[in-house]
Amino acid sequence: MKIRFDKLGVVIAAIAAYAAFLAPFATFRANRIVPGQARSILEALPATAGPLLMAIVIVAALMALFRTPLMLRLAASVVALAALALLVGVAGTFLTPAGNTLARVSPASGFWVLIFAFTLLLADVLTRLNLSPWARVAVLVAAAVAIGLLLVSGAWNDLSILKEYANRADSFWAEGSKHVTLALGSLLAAVVVGLPLGILCHRVERLRAGVLNVLNIIQTIPSIALFGLLIAPLGWIATHVPGAAALGIRGIGTAPAFVALFLYSLLPVVANTVVGLAGVPRAANDAARGMGMTDRQRLFGVEFPLAFPVILTGIRIVLVQNIGLATIAALIGGGGFGVFVFQGVGQTAMDLVLLGAVPTVALAFAAAIILDAVIEMTATKRRVETA
Amino acid sequence: MKAWLPLLLRLALVVLLVAFVTSPGWFEPMLKPLTENNAPVIYNQGSLLTLTLLHLRTVLIATVAATIVAVALAILVTRPAGAEFLPLSRSLVNIGQTFPPVAVLALAVPAVGFGEKPTLIALFLYGLLPIFENALTGLTTLPANVVEAARGAGMTGWQRLTKVELPLSAPIILGGIRLSVVISLATATIGSTVAAKTLGEVIIAGLLSNNLAFILQGGLIVAALAVLIYDGLSAIERYAARRMGREAE
Repeated sequence: MKIRFDKLGVVIAAIAAYAAFLAPFATFRANRIVPGQARSILEALPATAGPLLMAIVIVAALMALFRTPLMLRLAASVVALAALALLVGVAGTFLTPAGNTLARVSPASGFWVLIFAFTLLLADVLTRLNLSPWARVAVLVAAAVAIGLLLVSGAWNDLSILKEYANRADSFWAEGSKHVTLALGSLLAAVVVGLPLGILCHRVERLRAGVLNVLNIIQTIPSIALFGLLIAPLGWIATHVPGAAALGIRGIGTAPAFVALFLYSLLPVVANTVVGLAGVPRAANDAARGMGMTDRQRLFGVEFPLAFPVILTGIRIVLVQNIGLATIAALIGGGGFGVFVFQGVGQTAMDLVLLGAVPTVALAFAAAIILDAVIEMTATKRRVETA
Repeated sequence: MKAWLPLLLRLALVVLLVAFVTSPGWFEPMLKPLTENNAPVIYNQGSLLTLTLLHLRTVLIATVAATIVAVALAILVTRPAGAEFLPLSRSLVNIGQTFPPVAVLALAVPAVGFGEKPTLIALFLYGLLPIFENALTGLTTLPANVVEAARGAGMTGWQRLTKVELPLSAPIILGGIRLSVVISLATATIGSTVAAKTLGEVIIAGLLSNNLAFILQGGLIVAALAVLIYDGLSAIERYAARRMGREAE
């Protein structure tokens, strides 16, 4: 039998080999601020765990390197990722001297690169498996449960990022809920305003180009500049309109962040509503008219359901974009996970940056997968119904 | 008359922007009411012109690098030899776009330190995605008959790529570059939180010292730059699309 290499596998195996043998697995620091000392896999783990992880990484990399069945590749990537996740916690406990509360252990570049390599393998397998929308959501839920269990079990408690969390548990959840409120609230407002505006633009052609142009211009303005530009008018409203300040409208803080995210969200919602409605087949509209449906019945009974997947695509763009942009709200006192990112940058405490960045990325990633699945489901349902 | 209005507006915006950046003193009386306690009206820790040029330089370097790498990668995965990477590269682009630019920026700091470097890295990485995505779309949706005709005419793979495939997908690739530049202009602004010399400095200084005039002038310059560059690139894109349309006939 001729042995055949997998091209992507060659890349993954090369990355994994570099990360396992040459890059540091964990960083040890005597306290939070001092520069760290690198530890390789064998130095960072107890006598049995180190060689075990090495063996798992090598076997998984070999599975990737050669042309192996998809299920074997899936198993290899999942086992490697699980072993890395578990053992990085063990490294935290092993490297921290007993009773020392100042010492910090954080995953180093080797760990992250190994995670990247095997996530690449997993992503490739999942792409090739061509999973149904439900299955993709199920994989996401399984991954979330696994990570949740690791967090609750305390396996990672000796890692620096969770020590940062332990110091700020209350504000973490407060900023987190602010982040989600900001992202979802502005999306909701944009849908409430954007849908009717999109329908109006679809019906009134003269309005369309103008509205879309203005929204396009707003979209190109960098976020921090838009936040800044909104501070002055909102501050003016707060001091001159009675009752506005009582409603929470102020120059800095959540109000300008909310308004800016709302303005950014309008373009994808309006534009996709227009595109979706324009894509409704003429025959469907004519048939509905022939049946004697009123304009209103036609809108809700025919046009809207047919345009729904396209509108949903706009909402997906907005949600992912808003979750990311809400981090910047921290710069103008709007709260959110960005608070930890910018505090971390200010204190050069990278674990604090991660405490803000990791949940943001996880939220955006989960939102993208869930909405993609929903879009695919509504689109295929339609195709089945019309067939 | 009506056709002239948009052009006139753009011209006016360019003139205003240049005037503001080169001699901000002229605009001092307008911004004066926004300051309190005799705070400085015009940003005084560096010239606005230098900051604008540095901002543009950062975006330019990152975009050129991102364009070269992204187009090269897109060409690679659309050749028979790289076809195995195509499905994965599509999912990677999807995953990559869920990373907020701020996170990329902040996480680049431990690797390379503060200053312009982390900004350039974040701009480069984040700028790759839209260009790669569009180049992929452009190269995979070429009209089959044109590619066949090129092959039938005896063109080599390299000739087909440089004389047929790339020119035909140029408008779509340009669209990706435009998106990438707009994102880069925004990310470069945030870059000043990691000590890069960009226009974000003016806005952040305003936020820190509660000086509305700083916030407003920084915001206006960045906004005007972004809108003008976006507009200019759109015009180039339309021109390229028109040319390709005519040549394809």
